[in-house]
Amino acid sequence: MKEQLEALRAAALKEIADSDDLAALEAARVRFLGKKGEITAILKQMGGLSPEERPVMGQLANTVRAAVEEAIEEEQRKLKDKLKDLKLAAETVDVTMPGKKAAPGHRHPLSIVLDEVKDIFIGMGFSIATGPEIEWDYYNFEALNIPEGHPARDTQDTFYITEKMLLRTQTSPCQIRYMEGHKPPIRMIAPGRVFRSDPVDATHSPLFHQIEGLVVDKDITMADLKGNLLTLAKKLYGEDTEIRLRPHHFPFTEPSCEIDVSCFRCHGKGCSMCKNEGWIEILGAGMVHPKVLERGGIDPEVYSGYAFGLGVERLAMFRFAVDDMRLFYDNDLRFLNQF
Amino acid sequence: MDLSKRWLNDYVDLHDISDKEFADQITLSGSKVESYSAEGETLSNIVVGKILSLERHPDSDHLWVCSVEVGGDAPVQIVTGAQNLTVGDYVPAALDNSVIANGTKIKKGKLRGVESCGMLCSLGELGLTVHDFPYAIEDGIFVLGDDCDRTPGKDIREAIGFNDTVTEFEITPNRPDCLSVVGLAREAAVTFGRKLTVPDNRYKTAGGNVRDYLHNVTISENKKCSRYAGAVVTNVRIGRSPRWVRERLRASGVRPINNIVDITNFVMLEYGQPMHAFDLRYLDGGEVIVRNAKEGETITTLDGAVRALSPDMLVIADANKPVAVAGIMGGEYSGIMDDTTTIVFESACFDGPSTRRTAKKLGMRTEASSRYEKGLDSDGCVKSLSRALQLVNELDAGDVLDGIIDVYPAPKKQTVIDFCPDWVNHFIGIDVSAEEQKNILTALEFKVENGKIYVPSFRMDVEHKADISEEVARFYGFDKIGSRALSGAAAGGFDEAQKFENLMIRTCLSLGFTEIQTYSFMSPKAYDKIRLPENDPLRESIVISNPLGEDTSIMRTTALPSMLDIVAKNYANRNLEGSLFELATVYLSRGTEELPEEKRVLTVCVYGGENDYFTLKGKVETLLDIAGVTGWDIEALRTDPAYHPGRTAVISVNGKQLVKIGEIHPDTAENYGVGTRICVAEIDFDYLYEIKNTVRLYRHLPKFPALARDLAFVCDKTVPVVTLERLIKQAIGKNLETIELFDVYEGVQVGLSRKSVAFSLKLRAADRTLTDEEADAAVKKAIKALAEIGAVLRA
Repeated sequence: MKEQLEALRAAALKEIADSDDLAALEAARVRFLGKKGEITAILKQMGGLSPEERPVMGQLANTVRAAVEEAIEEEQRKLKDKLKDLKLAAETVDVTMPGKKAAPGHRHPLSIVLDEVKDIFIGMGFSIATGPEIEWDYYNFEALNIPEGHPARDTQDTFYITEKMLLRTQTSPCQIRYMEGHKPPIRMIAPGRVFRSDPVDATHSPLFHQIEGLVVDKDITMADLKGNLLTLAKKLYGEDTEIRLRPHHFPFTEPSCEIDVSCFRCHGKGCSMCKNEGWIEILGAGMVHPKVLERGGIDPEVYSGYAFGLGVERLAMFRFAVDDMRLFYDNDLRFLNQF
Repeated sequence: MDLSKRWLNDYVDLHDISDKEFADQITLSGSKVESYSAEGETLSNIVVGKILSLERHPDSDHLWVCSVEVGGDAPVQIVTGAQNLTVGDYVPAALDNSVIANGTKIKKGKLRGVESCGMLCSLGELGLTVHDFPYAIEDGIFVLGDDCDRTPGKDIREAIGFNDTVTEFEITPNRPDCLSVVGLAREAAVTFGRKLTVPDNRYKTAGGNVRDYLHNVTISENKKCSRYAGAVVTNVRIGRSPRWVRERLRASGVRPINNIVDITNFVMLEYGQPMHAFDLRYLDGGEVIVRNAKEGETITTLDGAVRALSPDMLVIADANKPVAVAGIMGGEYSGIMDDTTTIVFESACFDGPSTRRTAKKLGMRTEASSRYEKGLDSDGCVKSLSRALQLVNELDAGDVLDGIIDVYPAPKKQTVIDFCPDWVNHFIGIDVSAEEQKNILTALEFKVENGKIYVPSFRMDVEHKADISEEVARFYGFDKIGSRALSGAAAGGFDEAQKFENLMIRTCLSLGFTEIQTYSFMSPKAYDKIRLPENDPLRESIVISNPLGEDTSIMRTTALPSMLDIVAKNYANRNLEGSLFELATVYLSRGTEELPEEKRVLTVCVYGGENDYFTLKGKVETLLDIAGVTGWDIEALRTDPAYHPGRTAVISVNGKQLVKIGEIHPDTAENYGVGTRICVAEIDFDYLYEIKNTVRLYRHLPKFPALARDLAFVCDKTVPVVTLERLIKQAIGKNLETIELFDVYEGVQVGLSRKSVAFSLKLRAADRTLTDEEADAAVKKAIKALAEIGAVLRA
């Protein structure tokens, strides 16, 4: 019986090893370990053995069975792994093929720039105000120290609705409206559309966007204006950005200035973007004219403030190297999808 | 304003300052330089040549072979085709490897076999005209006159004074005083700390009295003309101005004409004060009346045009007729001619706004009018007049009579401002001593005395201590002002409405809509294009009274045309498919006494490809979900001509329209040239904000299992799905967690004009496990409710 068992072990292990697939392995299992299997059959003969032989043979038989079972399990694992490998191999794809794209919408480049500026000012504790696009002459001009007949009215070719109603030429009327409704301290920006009767070309549009800014408090000086706008410039164009104030004229600020930033492409060395000047003009600003504060119901002897204005199109043109303003309003998807 | 460096140097010595440094520094002190350029920049290697000999070319009947002395060891040989030369003439000689005005390079070569080592130049080849050198001829070689340096070999630009630097300034409208050489010289002097020497105004008279010729000057419109000063010059000797006058005019962009006209232009450029010269012969009655034009009067202006005048226009008249439109242009007879013998010089101050209105009305903006428009200093009239008379002396252009007539009814009061150096320091954030502030102001010709600042008359922009602070700051240096970071806390941030706007925009973007930005104005034809009925109230747009053109002449009352325009443009550009959105403003009139309502509309659009009404509706539903708008009603809309009658709906909340959504009518699409389906939803953004609910409170995740039931009903084809859905919801109540449409079927099996509508219901109770019996009971309720409108459970 011992020989029989040893022979069966050898036969079983061979058959198991020879099994090419799970079916063959199962057949082997049935042949040796099944209810009518050969090892099972031998075990059934145990009854005929002597009491001395029985434990010895029993132990041997169990060892053989365990060995076969283990071999089957082992083989099974191998075959399964092999199958899995085959399946995975079959599932191989060309990973370099293009992905399935989702089609998210694109934010308009003007909005992207505007969002960025809003974000910067929100971070400095500013509020965001708005004002009507169709305005009274009073808010657009008079209250801003631009009375009837003032030469500055000429430089802003105005679209009129009636003699007193017009399309605002600047976001500055928001200064007055905001002061009328808020007491200092004031920190606000007012972005919005403005209109001037400039025919359309690469750098002009009868409609464009400005961002007005206003800060009013006690002891506000031009040094605050400079510090605040330097922060803006650094946030927009990087920490190494510098600004330069050039005296200028706006009727509603005094002193007034235009602000250049050091060219963010060439860092002041001179390139085509800054027309070799090393500086790019991005802002108009100044100390709020005392008369304007008065119009806004704020006592200029107690409070002072500064105001500034930015052109959104101009910022966007620099930011995205757009050379023609018309692209912003053409809304060609081939353009918009780039942002 | 073009400034001649040569002219500037007459009054402030800046010879040692480079052009670039000058431009940089004066820009930083407040006079912005746009650009600067050197005269004759392109010219190179052109020198004065003396013609030593002149011989016929052996093989040509029109060419000459010249031997020209050009300053070198030996003369050079140059062949020329010009016929105006004689031996001994001094001429511009472009040598081998030289460049002339138009950029052409001149090289040594052979002309019909004879060597030519360069080219002799005409005025044109130097970039000049006969106005610059009136004695020269236009179509021949420029023969240098005795007003040139005739040293052979000398650079031609130096020899003829064509070597000025012209600086172009952008002068802000508050500083008309800087539209003059003297004004800029003053700024330059303070900027560079140099001494300003003003032109000499003293002149000699030749006896006689001005009143013998110009009997009377009357101003009948004091508001429009604050001052009128006149002087008379007799024995006028019309001739050319000397080179120094001509070249200063040329550099300033003014063409020299004759000495008298040149003097008026010269003074205008130098002092900023427009001058006019009248020929006394044509001044009837020898008098000047400054008055409004009379009804029906006309004038033929110097440019030959007949102008109809109206009573709001100020004119200079003699006893009978207008002889000039005040401050704008003279009449044809008042001009200076070769036989003019006696002239009246006018130096007057006309009102800016009135001059602007007249100039605009007549469509003639002149150098003079643009200066008056900005406002001129009435105190300066006589100073300028004196300078003109001094130039008459200097140019020997005539005899100046004794006396001037100066009508100045209400002399200007000097502006006086308190001198408060501490306030200035505090306002600007600097620390400049009172002494230093005073020095700056004094250099600018302000008088500082006893705590007061007396503002010079030409600084009409200065009226407040804030203006004084600017004067101090810009010469102290804006760059020296410190920079202080914003300090202190402030309650900033987006407000509720802005946050909601941001949320909706983010949602649109994530739904695949690309943002567009369109004009707020449009053409009235847009209403026809969207097939808006004739009497629709939306046609009552706000009209721009002075539009650029019809296309941008009205303010939109609907953003639909803007969206369709962009779809059309994209479609034409072969972008055949797209999803777009715009948060647009529309403008609804409230009459002329109230500002219009500016309403915001969120327009969303899909077009082309697989996009259809339901693509868009699904996205709009998501938008409403995110906005927290629930319980909206939807109804088909068949009557909007812009939209497809069978594929349009209105979504409303509390009975008020929130969204119009639909496929664009094919006829509308055709009006826009779009050959694919376009679906648009117009969302009333202001209303959406009003009813939004973005507050989110956590609801417990379900603890008990849900039961699913699929139900199909057969009903009349015309019954909207939403009706069935609503009835089911009502019937089952709160245990109905979701209801989803999963199939609509029409076909013979369900009968003609009937349809089968299948829903998938999910039922769940919050507090217990729902039993099958309860679910079945709920379904029964639904079946019963639907039976009332003739919908039966499909077997």
